Amino acid sequence: MSYIPHTDADREAMLKAIGVDSIEALFDAVPETHRFPKLDLPTPRSELEVSTELEALSMFNISAKEYAVFLGAGAYNHFSPAAVNQLLLRSEFYTAYTPYQPEVSQGTLQAIFEFQTMISRLVGMEAANASHYDGATALAEAVTMAGAIQRGRNKVVLSPGIHPQYREVVRTYHQNRPIKFSGDRGGKATLLDLIDMIDDNTMMVVVQYPNFFGQIEDLTEIAKAAQSHKALLCVVTDPVACAILKPPGAFGADIVVGEGQSLGIPMSFGGPYLGFFATLEKHVRKIAGRVIGETLDIDGKRAYTMTLRPREQDIRREKATSNICTNQGLMSLAACMHMSFLGKQGMQRVAELCWHKSHYAADEIDKLEGYSVDKGQPFIKEFVVTCPKPVAETNEHLLHHYGIIGGYDLSQDYPDRQNQMLLCVTEMNTREEIDMLVEALRTVNEEKHIHVELKA
Amino acid sequence: MSNSRLEPLIFEISRPGRQGVRMPAPDVPTTEIPATLRRDNLDFPEVAEIDVVRHFVRLSQLNHGIDIGFYPLGSCTMKYNPKVNEAVARLPGYAAVHPLQGEGTTQGALALMYMLQTWLGEVAGFEHVSIQPAAGAHGEFAGILMIRKYHLDRGDEKRTKILVPDSAHGTNPATTSMAGLEVIELPSDEKGDVDLDALRKACEEHKDTIAGMMITVPSTLGVFEEHILEIVEAVHNVGGLMYMDGANLNAVMGVIKPAELGFDVMHYNLHKTFSTPHGGGGPGSGPVLCNEKLAPFLPGPIVAIVEEAVDEDDAPLYGWEMPEKSIGRLKAFHGNFGMHVRAYAYIATYGTDLAEVTRYAVLNANYVRVKLKDHYHAPFDRMCGHEFVLEGHWPEKAPGIHALDISKRLMDYGIHPPTNYFPLIVPEALLIEPTETESKETLDEFVEIMLKIAEEAQTNPDLLHDAPHTTPVRRVDEVKAAKELVLCCRPILPE
Repeated sequence: MSYIPHTDADREAMLKAIGVDSIEALFDAVPETHRFPKLDLPTPRSELEVSTELEALSMFNISAKEYAVFLGAGAYNHFSPAAVNQLLLRSEFYTAYTPYQPEVSQGTLQAIFEFQTMISRLVGMEAANASHYDGATALAEAVTMAGAIQRGRNKVVLSPGIHPQYREVVRTYHQNRPIKFSGDRGGKATLLDLIDMIDDNTMMVVVQYPNFFGQIEDLTEIAKAAQSHKALLCVVTDPVACAILKPPGAFGADIVVGEGQSLGIPMSFGGPYLGFFATLEKHVRKIAGRVIGETLDIDGKRAYTMTLRPREQDIRREKATSNICTNQGLMSLAACMHMSFLGKQGMQRVAELCWHKSHYAADEIDKLEGYSVDKGQPFIKEFVVTCPKPVAETNEHLLHHYGIIGGYDLSQDYPDRQNQMLLCVTEMNTREEIDMLVEALRTVNEEKHIHVELKA
Repeated sequence: MSNSRLEPLIFEISRPGRQGVRMPAPDVPTTEIPATLRRDNLDFPEVAEIDVVRHFVRLSQLNHGIDIGFYPLGSCTMKYNPKVNEAVARLPGYAAVHPLQGEGTTQGALALMYMLQTWLGEVAGFEHVSIQPAAGAHGEFAGILMIRKYHLDRGDEKRTKILVPDSAHGTNPATTSMAGLEVIELPSDEKGDVDLDALRKACEEHKDTIAGMMITVPSTLGVFEEHILEIVEAVHNVGGLMYMDGANLNAVMGVIKPAELGFDVMHYNLHKTFSTPHGGGGPGSGPVLCNEKLAPFLPGPIVAIVEEAVDEDDAPLYGWEMPEKSIGRLKAFHGNFGMHVRAYAYIATYGTDLAEVTRYAVLNANYVRVKLKDHYHAPFDRMCGHEFVLEGHWPEKAPGIHALDISKRLMDYGIHPPTNYFPLIVPEALLIEPTETESKETLDEFVEIMLKIAEEAQTNPDLLHDAPHTTPVRRVDEVKAAKELVLCCRPILPE
């Protein structure tokens, strides 16, 4: 009983105080026929045994520590200063609950307030909340908020350039609601096509910037079109790219959401991540989840507290803006620390490195026979390569012969994108790794020739 | 440091041109970034590494956490968060794995998730588990969508109502609305149980439109529903399904298997029962579990064995499967995997002793309850589960004292207050949950302090009204915060 401190004497004294003679007697109200079932679980183990087992099991995963990673598609291998992890292990932060009692939670509260400010500035908006589960659920909640603002309208135009899993999650969340999603079926609509779909019944238009393919599209026209029909504009964005790109707010976005994992949070096989949600001041009373505000204590000292509470489930119950309670608090703290350590220069430098390295990789790959890079739009960090062979086959080659985790197979979500790979290059990829990737891609063809010749 | 603030904002210690952590220079030929794409300015902190470190260390010192002192926050299960769990979750073989890597490169992670699913299923008696939901409310949402889809799949479109007791956590009614369904609230009886007559009446009245019922076991009042089997039967009889909110699982783990009581679907909070840290408000993890009936509707994809092991020395091959009629994906990727690793470590540690957690959690709660019940009004004087509720007021002996005053006074003694003003059906509620990881000495000290506060309430009520006295800030003006909204640091003007 590793984490239970009671001695036998403690237990007996406590039972005596309660007035029962056994712990079992505390459970009389539980239906007797079902009480104390047998549990088919392993035998109890010590910390030493458990950690040894988990270390051994972890070896069955290939990690970015040993392999070069060129896979992105919504989760990214980025650098984070050592100080972030060390500070995150301060148990004053991670063993605290939600800051319902502001007098003993100023650390969490102020950090989230700083996080809200950084996110707002990064994406060019006026306010942000404390977090969502991830980028996908932040988008799903943006649709809910749009519904509350735009009563009487029921159409949402989704760009096919939004992460496919985000679009799935949005549909899961709203499956019982009378909302019509259009725009992304078929996967081919351009921003111009989407503009044609916006009408007076459209509550919101959602685009991703840079889009799922890494492309930076000019949102000026679609923003205008949305505005002319009084539809909201929601932009899914990448916080790394926003450090140097014109932010979504500058185009007139009403809501900006995205995945904050790139801001100092490990890839960790998909979670815990960090959904961020930013909007304009006029909409904050309709926002989901926790929001931290500045105020004073009774002595006039500056203090922070959870605010706009009457939107939340514990107070408003069935009329709440969302059911969200636990969010990703510690992850927004990690992001806040990461952005503070990198600062203005560091954030911009990371984005520039992603730009330069992805362009270098794209240029080199484009030179290879049989490969072509989609350069129709400016891009950052990620780009689309058409390969001579199916992506799955190409990736096998990269992994087994070069120790490289290759890109995302776009044909999984976009049937007309056969043999198209979404490659991701971040500041973590050295020139040596990129050159190796190019070499590995080149030899896919060579081996094919060899293979064919041998067969002949 | 000025008196009017505790710690400056990171923006206030920023100085133009100061560098934080340095990033490398490009090692590739650079490509011009077109000026048309660039943003004008980025108003971001520029702070030296040492000052950022001090900033966050100082902020941490303004918090109360489990590792500092007792945290009897009802319904939140603030148990000790084992340090080994933090260490294993940070192993590169877990923390540095990309979620979209092929199955051939992630068998360790998949095996871990599969085992966790199996163990969680065993604890509840359910065979079907999805660990994708990211938090308790997310798991609830999955469960209610599954119930709705189950009825729709049978062509039964009228079932749009969910029964919810008035003692429920706010997430239950909020979830129901979010799923596009309607709440029917049920009253509690004088013992704190669901009012059985009211339930039967509601079942009769809405018999063709009830989709199901959500109920917390034990209830949020910390008591085991005495009529749980009758409740399940009444709802099943009219064609509804039973959802168990597992927020209070720390009172029943290993004591009952919810599936055996007749529940159809439930969720866990790994950040409560299974010791993963609360992190100042998350991340959590809210696995959803169900029986055969609802299995096709689980959110996915889910880890499954795609190829059985050939013999004892061989490992099976794990992969992803989407349930046949799934409600769909609830989250990008696979859930809060880092929390799965921690919960795995926790269950692996306790193994067959897991029920001991519950036994000692319930022992601790009842011990504190009997010690306090003669000094604070206990609205339900009966054996409790892992937590119990008291009324934090004495209208006659100490008029003007509220639960909030008691809560704030506890802070002066270095103890985090219980949950106050919840459940909503108890006036001036103080919901106290000690958890199993607290020693008798800690509980005795808490009791002593609570008795002292009860005395202070009569002898020196202002001590309570003005509390806390010793915290970094004192009572904060929440009305001002909501009225004069300041949600972001205002731009700092040059001095």
